[in-house]
Amino acid sequence: MLAVDAIACWRGERAVFAGLSFGLGPGEALLLAGRNGAGKSSLLRILAGLLPPAEGRVLWNGEDTAEDRPAHARRLRWLGHADALKPTLTVAENMAVFARLAGQGPEAVAQALAAVGLAPLASLPARVLSAGQRRRASLARLAIGAAPLWLLDEPTVGLDTASVAQLGLLLAAHRAAGGMVIAATHLELPLPGAETLAL
Amino acid sequence: MIALLARELRLALRTPGDSLGAVLFFVLVAALFPFGVGPEPAALARLAPGALVASALLAALLPLDRMFGAEAEDGSLDLLLLSGVAPSGLALVKAIGHWLTTAVPLLLAVPVAAAMLNLPTEAWGVAVLALALATLVLSLLGTLGAALTLGARRGGVLLPLLVLPLAIPAVIFAAGAIEAQAGGVSPRPFLLFLAAQAALLAPLAPLAAGAALREG
Repeated sequence: MLAVDAIACWRGERAVFAGLSFGLGPGEALLLAGRNGAGKSSLLRILAGLLPPAEGRVLWNGEDTAEDRPAHARRLRWLGHADALKPTLTVAENMAVFARLAGQGPEAVAQALAAVGLAPLASLPARVLSAGQRRRASLARLAIGAAPLWLLDEPTVGLDTASVAQLGLLLAAHRAAGGMVIAATHLELPLPGAETLAL
Repeated sequence: MIALLARELRLALRTPGDSLGAVLFFVLVAALFPFGVGPEPAALARLAPGALVASALLAALLPLDRMFGAEAEDGSLDLLLLSGVAPSGLALVKAIGHWLTTAVPLLLAVPVAAAMLNLPTEAWGVAVLALALATLVLSLLGTLGAALTLGARRGGVLLPLLVLPLAIPAVIFAAGAIEAQAGGVSPRPFLLFLAAQAALLAPLAPLAAGAALREG
């Protein structure tokens, strides 16, 4: 159970948002909407613990996540703007590092790559991938090991409709297993029943 | 952390040009001294210890501004910070990775540079040992500098200005050790002082760098 208690975010002298509170339970999803610069990415970074909130707290099961950031980091999966792929490593090698950090083996990598349809490209260096394939590779990282909270920043940028449908399956399976999703996006996301938070 | 170190080494192996560039830079800077000072053997041999240490540290500085910069640009840094490894642990891995992928190749090139500077051959072994410790100090300080200047607009310029003054003690003792050995005196006290600096920085620099990464 994630709860956000009156957080604020400042950029310079200007408040991006303030007094923001919401909660999210198992299986629920939240869409962040708002114009460019409304603070969607900043809110995701605060939720992940990458950025300290100017005010307020982010609570997980009633405990302040700022007190044990490594533990909070282990229960979330992060999909940022950038794809975080090293061009000289193969797709599988790019995944394997984070699989090992999540305590998973190579079979979890193969499964995750198959889930986004990249299994045939696993042994190619990441620099030869197209933009959409790179995005799918970073989506595959979400499915390595189980983590209850997924934080997604524009997950569908560059994806074709078939890949968006694949993402929909990943998201549905994650939510069916009690996972939570918070996504910032301008595009349609396959998240049935998701609440929308306008920033 | 072993997984992260393996990643550092694999990335360095896939782009050997970075390590090779630092080695060539080291040899070329060392080669400038004979041209500047003149080829007189005695004068060169007197300069050799200091010139060797200064060139090695300058070469080791080269890859530092990409240490966290490259990771931040492609989004990997966020994932690394969210990997459950403490930021100070990540900084320690980066420091060890920098030493293994940049300093160790430099040490292999020491005989080439030492020969050009007319350093007596009996001091070559001590030169490698002294530079190994001095570059370890620089790797630790450099990781701290790279973490602090991450995101700064002129980070590449700021970093040497921040790191080199802190490396002065390492230069003094490394050059002292080589000079002592060349002059027939025991280099042991100098090397012990160098090792003490590395031992002091090994826990402190990653802790400070980790704090800088967390706030950055």
